[in-house]
Amino acid sequence: MEAIFAFCVGLLTACGLFLTLRGRTFPVVVGITLLSYAVNLFLFSSGRLLINGATILGQSEQYADPLPQALVLTAIVIGFAMTAFVVILAIRARSDLGNDHVDGRNPPGAGLPSDRLKEKN
Amino acid sequence: MSLFWILLLPLLGTVVPLLTDRFGRTVCAFATATLPAMALVLVLLQVPAVFDGEAVVATLPWIPLLGLELSVHLDGLALLFAMLVLGIGLLIILYARYYLSSKDSMGLFYAYLILFMTAMLGIVVSHNLLQMWVFWEMTSVSSFLLISFWNHNTDARKGARMAMTVTGLGGLALLAGVIMIGNIVGSYDLTAVLSSGDLLREHAAYPVIVILVLLGAFTKSAQFPFHFWLPYAMAAPTPVSAYLHSATMVKAGIFLMARFYPVLSGTELWFVIVSLTGLTTLLIGAYTALFKHDLKGLLAYSTVSHLGLITLLLGMGSDMAAVAAVFHIINHAIFKASLFMAAGIIDHETGTRDMRRLNGLWKYMPYTATLAMVAAASMAGVPLLNGFLSKEMFFAETLDQSSLGSLSWMIPVLATVGTAFSVAYSLRFIHDVFFNGEPVDLPKTPHEPPRCMRLPIDILVALCLLVGIWPALLIGDLLAVAASSVVGGELPLYGLYIWHGFNLPLLMSALAMTGGAYVYFNREKLFTFQAQFPEANANLIFDKSVKWVMKQCAVFIEWFENGSLQRYAFLLILFAMVLLGLPLVDLDTTAGLRSQIPVDAVMLSGAALLALSALATVIWHRRRLIALLMLSVVGLIVSLAFALFSAPDLALTQLSVEVVTIILLLLALFFLPQSTPKESSPRRVARDLTIAAIFGGIIGTINYALITRPLDSISDFFLDNAKTGGGGTNVVNVILVDFRGFDTLGEITVLGIAALGIYKLIARMGLFKPTSDDDGRPWTEDKHPMMLSVISQGLLPLALLVSAYIFLRGHNLPGGGFIAGLVTSIAIIQQYIAHGVDWLKDRLKLDYQKVIGSGLLIATLTGVGSWAFGYPFLTSWYDYWTWPLIGEFEVASAIAFDLGVYLTVVGATMLILANLGQHTTTERARETEHQ
Repeated sequence: MEAIFAFCVGLLTACGLFLTLRGRTFPVVVGITLLSYAVNLFLFSSGRLLINGATILGQSEQYADPLPQALVLTAIVIGFAMTAFVVILAIRARSDLGNDHVDGRNPPGAGLPSDRLKEKN
Repeated sequence: MSLFWILLLPLLGTVVPLLTDRFGRTVCAFATATLPAMALVLVLLQVPAVFDGEAVVATLPWIPLLGLELSVHLDGLALLFAMLVLGIGLLIILYARYYLSSKDSMGLFYAYLILFMTAMLGIVVSHNLLQMWVFWEMTSVSSFLLISFWNHNTDARKGARMAMTVTGLGGLALLAGVIMIGNIVGSYDLTAVLSSGDLLREHAAYPVIVILVLLGAFTKSAQFPFHFWLPYAMAAPTPVSAYLHSATMVKAGIFLMARFYPVLSGTELWFVIVSLTGLTTLLIGAYTALFKHDLKGLLAYSTVSHLGLITLLLGMGSDMAAVAAVFHIINHAIFKASLFMAAGIIDHETGTRDMRRLNGLWKYMPYTATLAMVAAASMAGVPLLNGFLSKEMFFAETLDQSSLGSLSWMIPVLATVGTAFSVAYSLRFIHDVFFNGEPVDLPKTPHEPPRCMRLPIDILVALCLLVGIWPALLIGDLLAVAASSVVGGELPLYGLYIWHGFNLPLLMSALAMTGGAYVYFNREKLFTFQAQFPEANANLIFDKSVKWVMKQCAVFIEWFENGSLQRYAFLLILFAMVLLGLPLVDLDTTAGLRSQIPVDAVMLSGAALLALSALATVIWHRRRLIALLMLSVVGLIVSLAFALFSAPDLALTQLSVEVVTIILLLLALFFLPQSTPKESSPRRVARDLTIAAIFGGIIGTINYALITRPLDSISDFFLDNAKTGGGGTNVVNVILVDFRGFDTLGEITVLGIAALGIYKLIARMGLFKPTSDDDGRPWTEDKHPMMLSVISQGLLPLALLVSAYIFLRGHNLPGGGFIAGLVTSIAIIQQYIAHGVDWLKDRLKLDYQKVIGSGLLIATLTGVGSWAFGYPFLTSWYDYWTWPLIGEFEVASAIAFDLGVYLTVVGATMLILANLGQHTTTERARETEHQ
């Protein structure tokens, strides 16, 4: 099972990275979300994988490692806050710059207007 | 401790002139002089100890872990320089009192001057190399302020900038050299460094160190080819030139060479570089000085030439040459400071410094003329004056060396030629200015300056004479003790006499005198000869080279940092990949020894679903809505994975965060384009796919290697103490609110800040509000489906109840503030979705910013509360109470902390989503109004 788990983490990382390297803000946000899944799973697994265990005292004979769980729990919530921040930044950038490219301007030679906002209005 | 006061007094003294400026010029000058004078007394009190050879060192710890300490000392060399810096500094303060006009801000000038004095003192008394370097840079900065004091003047600004750039660059080289020395020796302490001469000289990096340190010294002391800044620094007020460019600033480089003389000299490399640089500088300076029509220009090049002479002496490698160098440092400081001051008086009283107009001043100011003539004679090396003595020693040493092998005879010859020019320009200073006909068209009628303005020159010229006549009596001991700390041991036997008898050096002097007189009286021919060459304007060349460097930097930055975030991300990932990948190559076996969990069909199909949906997200990433749906599948499986691998808290958190995230991203899609244009070139896609695949492979490998190895965790501590220490059985929650409560406090603070930041980002946004989707279909008119409204309304109390339950049980069973907060948020968001912002605005009057604030406040107060009981911040307390009907119930202070977490999470989530969401609604409301 460990091999499958590691494969999934690797795959999520690869997918996340590929999307992070795209030029438009939305795929980048999606990529960052995928990447944060991968990171959270990775950190969580540093406490090793355990089935049918618990971190509740008195409930189980085997205890899972509670420390990575506590760290990942806050990481998930903070990750949400950061994703939200990036999303809003992307929306704001589009409204201020008129395009949704991460560089703040449409790449030259792509046949796209440099300012979509004006065209729409 | 009194040693530190030597530095502290002048440092405090920098504010004195600013405070006393308003009480008039004389008061200001005297007040300014007080603290440096006290520092000079402190220095003089140490004289007996230094002469006895005691180590006068004082040390204060600064950053002990880094081996940094504040450390000052006084050895012979430091004592000599400290006396020069403070003594001449006091004379300059007196002189500047009369020199500055009422238009100049005297307080500011004195403040800069004393700041510079402190910096210079700091260089000479520092016992730690890094500390010395800091003061070294301080002299560059404060001299910049002094040179540009008349900053309305373009030349002053340009000259200051040039001096700053050149000496600053040298300072960087010196820093590199000092750090290398520190690394090799293992300490920046001067005692340790000075005793590691052999270690340094035999080290492979020795040539690099020598060149770096000498770069620092040569730039500061205006040695060829860095001498060009000094003449341009003459745009400074004359007291500054008299101080910085005779006795202090330019001597700092000489001081540096003298300081490192015991450890860095004694090799072929040192001799060749230092002596040849010194000789070249000596000749160029002396030759150029003759052609300068500006009085201060002549003195500036003369300074360059004399500094070259001292450098040449330090490069000769004999102990006696070092003695001569130290002797000439003293003599040059004395006569050059007085000459600069005399030049300042002439400028002040006549209104010009142009020697073509200044003639026959003897008639108008005989007293000043006499003083200037004595000082200039000392500069020329006339017997009975101090300049003569060190010049004789210099000649004797040039005869007594063999650094150029069979070409060594050239050095005494060239030295004589240089000195002849020195005689010639000194003659010009005397004859051209004070005799040679009548003044031409002077702006003012010259007369003698105020008595006190001349006093500093009186003192210095008297010293020229006294030292020239009774050298051994007056400075024999000081010279010996200073020279011995340069040589780093016993001095050779030598005598300081007014007369050394008829010998070869005397012949060289005589030759130089006659040669110099001949050159001067036939100068017209030389001037015509020199006029054939176009004068190189160092300022233009400097400007051009600065512009060239700036342009190259701009080109480089344009190429390297082109403003493309996409490119930065790529480079960052590439770099991380190399860093992560390299250690893996050394890892022999990937799999560890830990027993692995067997695979079953459920796990396998979950993993397959995860992989497929992750891939689908990537494949369909241009169709954003579909990609988002695929993403939510990934998130769902991740929460299932947490549930499977014994982390119920994580599963609950991930699940609720997932809901909130997807709603947020759906909202974002309203404001962003719904599809991504196809614009990456196939090459870029291939490149990104490759790097992503390799990186993913590396991460997967690391993860596999990690989780198949046995774990020795610190978590047993938490498991053992959760119940007894934190009073809860859900160890994850106890860690969050108790063991690592301070972390959690930090994290919810970040959450609150992020939410507030988002609030501000949205607040002033001119939102892009589409009326239709990308295909031109208008948004549906069916705003709030009836079924959804009714059901969600009924669900709300239930959801809140669940959330309260999850919150309360959190300490002992999966749950807690984070999860409960998210569940509450989802329940409220559902109402927003079902009824719209306007409907909820009247019914739910919650100011989410206040919710965040109160959450943070409660969490912090819970932590602070433990102070009231004398415990450290965030110590938790718990007890069991029996409540009627419910039975035994645990009350822990941690639950108050968790309440803070809960409130912050609810406030932050709602502030983000409700704020963004309401823009969709108001926009559409406005649209209908328009129609």
